[in-house]
Amino acid sequence: MVKQLTLIERQNAILISLAVAVCGFVFLIIGRGDPIGVHGFLAFLAGVLTIFLIGRDYYAPSPSDDRSAHYYDDPSKAGIVLSMAWVVFGLAIGDWVAWQLVNPDLTFGAWSSFGRIRPVHTTSVIFGFGGNALIATSFYVMQRTSRARLPDQVAPWFVLLGYNLFCIIAVTGYMIGVTQSKEYAEPEWYADILLVIVWVTYLVIYLRTLARRKEPHIYVSNWYYMAFILVVAMLHIVNNLAFPVSLGHAKSYSLFSGVQDAMTEWWYGHNAVAFFLTAGFLGMMYYFLPMRAGRPIFSYRLSIISFWGITFFYMWAGSHHLHYTALPQWVQTLGMTFSLMLLIPSWASAGNALLTLNGAWDKVRDDATLRFMMVAAVFYGLTTFEGSFMAIRSVNSLSHYTDWTVGHVHAGALGWVAMITFGSIYACVPWLWKREAMYSARLVEAHFWFALSGTVIYVFAMWNSGIIQGLMWRTYNESGTLAYSFVDSLIAMHPYYIARAFGGLLFLIGGCIGAYNVWMTIATPAPASDYASDLPAPRRAGGIAAQPAE
Amino acid sequence: MSIFGFHYRLERKSIGLALGIIVVASIGGLFEIAPLFTIHQTVESAPDMRLYTPLELAGRNIYIREGCYACHSQMIRTLRDEVDRYGPYSLAVESKYDHPMLWGSKRTGPDLARIGEKYSDQWHVAHLNNPRDVVPVSVMPAYDWLLATELRTDDLPLHLKAQRAVGVPYTDDMIANAALDAYGQANPDSPQADGVTKRYGEATTMRAFDGQPARLTEMDAVVAYLQVLGRLTDAAQKPLAQGGGQ
Repeated sequence: MVKQLTLIERQNAILISLAVAVCGFVFLIIGRGDPIGVHGFLAFLAGVLTIFLIGRDYYAPSPSDDRSAHYYDDPSKAGIVLSMAWVVFGLAIGDWVAWQLVNPDLTFGAWSSFGRIRPVHTTSVIFGFGGNALIATSFYVMQRTSRARLPDQVAPWFVLLGYNLFCIIAVTGYMIGVTQSKEYAEPEWYADILLVIVWVTYLVIYLRTLARRKEPHIYVSNWYYMAFILVVAMLHIVNNLAFPVSLGHAKSYSLFSGVQDAMTEWWYGHNAVAFFLTAGFLGMMYYFLPMRAGRPIFSYRLSIISFWGITFFYMWAGSHHLHYTALPQWVQTLGMTFSLMLLIPSWASAGNALLTLNGAWDKVRDDATLRFMMVAAVFYGLTTFEGSFMAIRSVNSLSHYTDWTVGHVHAGALGWVAMITFGSIYACVPWLWKREAMYSARLVEAHFWFALSGTVIYVFAMWNSGIIQGLMWRTYNESGTLAYSFVDSLIAMHPYYIARAFGGLLFLIGGCIGAYNVWMTIATPAPASDYASDLPAPRRAGGIAAQPAE
Repeated sequence: MSIFGFHYRLERKSIGLALGIIVVASIGGLFEIAPLFTIHQTVESAPDMRLYTPLELAGRNIYIREGCYACHSQMIRTLRDEVDRYGPYSLAVESKYDHPMLWGSKRTGPDLARIGEKYSDQWHVAHLNNPRDVVPVSVMPAYDWLLATELRTDDLPLHLKAQRAVGVPYTDDMIANAALDAYGQANPDSPQADGVTKRYGEATTMRAFDGQPARLTEMDAVVAYLQVLGRLTDAAQKPLAQGGGQ
């Protein structure tokens, strides 16, 4: 990979790594005796390791000048491998956490207690798995739909590796007790700053590639990837404004407090779902689903309505997390209203995806990769309907604080996000590594059924436990007092917690099969084939360049 | 159609598209969040509202560190069953000094907004040390290291200073004496105890929370924090007297 860099790029890469190492060293010194020192050491190590890796091939011959006639896919390849590694790790932790609710003594000291490793699970799957998959596929899709190579070869690596350093700092931080406690924004101030730098670089790469495009129109996927990058930056910066105790302390105090903090946090939290877990993955879907199905997108106009609807409505919906709380009622009502309206653009996208498959349903039957994407679109439709439903105030009075929320989130995360990602990865891996197909189609099939059955078991278990919980908490007996103690409801949850952990285990097994299959595909030697169509300026020798139509 | 015609042109301009996204995505937050800072009725006034003592703040930070908020909410909603189960519904003013707020989103365990003084210190210590010693079916992890770990107090002045920077009115006197006050609150017979009531008020709970007056442990801090939950102000008790709930 280093051999692909020119000498100047190698020098730049060394300078950047050196800067990371120096920053790490500074925090290592001023943060002695505080967890921030541990993270300084990690950053120092990461910088030194990168310098070492570059240095090993520093004197290797420069790449040939015709490299600009090809797409630059090395960062995408690394991103997909990292993504599969994170998913196995994240799912394993998730299932462990689930078993802890069955048997609370499944811990090994402070670092592994429920409260510390639950965010390890959420961060690993959302940011580790999802984020790496988004970065990898966005680089891939953006180059193809623009017919332009990435503008340079260092910045994409900085984004990918810097982002993974952020994930590692986040995950190790929770285990040693570093957290802001803001859900899905747990990493502390210094990790947040790192992410801002990485993210701005990501945006610049995106805009620079678009500026070099040879297609006059920007393809739908890129609208979504761009919304994902821009809005996540906005949310991240505002929600994480905080004042550190000192430069040598990991701990910081949020700039906001109480009700304003709650609203900011759920404006962030709900739109992390919208722009990280929805917009980005819709970008993935709008490219890989039509490509795999060999059909153009059903409706260009639906995709426009859906895109702007999602971008506008979602930002109002966060307050539905705060029904009946101390948040002023007018904000709650706005949140509920916009959550209901959100159903329109959401179903426009889900419908657009499913209607694109018209004429290709035979492929859905035979091809588990396409079936992953089809099921993802179905779950996307179901989950967004459920989300709008749960945002209704009277429904929320029952569902909030219960496992129903957990079930809803996992219907989205397992059924939509993970399924569309696995489908896209199975489509993308053979294209990236120039293989005929995945190592084993039967393993893709097996993964599909593990994933689907795991998701269904998980979601049904949580629907049951959530609704039972909600009902038990509000049931009165004849004398007008509460019928059940909290502990009664806890006992009632036990069988569902076992079922949930079992469903999660099935999903984890599927993920492991997927990781093995990806690994074996990469390890199988490539046939000497000429991918003439997969070039920025394709040689149109008979075959048509495979591009989704608009 | 003109809208789609406009879009046909817009999607040829990457900067135009980017600006469009920023504008369209900003509106929701501007309408819903910005007014919360300017409309005065958003947060009730509570003149009797007191600050967290350094010990309680340290306990709160441990509560955050251990991820307690993942399973325990601190927000009683305006619903009859919640008021009957947990007490008067939570007011915005009660978390006025909470940077960040810990309202939570999930009740794997019960709400803690008004847990203060509902159980004895001994119960909390036993429960935190191993929940199944007091609640056999509990699924809460055991926090047995709290009793064994000395509380770090040397940097408490820095913590109070940072809190003041984000808007909590700690005085210079409070900041300077933060470490001593933490010790004094958990050791009521010590000479440091007097300063605590002087600075934080007579209502401050002064006890050897973990049962060992000689040592200042993380258990002291967590229990001190739990015992003050819902007791920083009496503001929430008043609407109930007029027939609160639903």
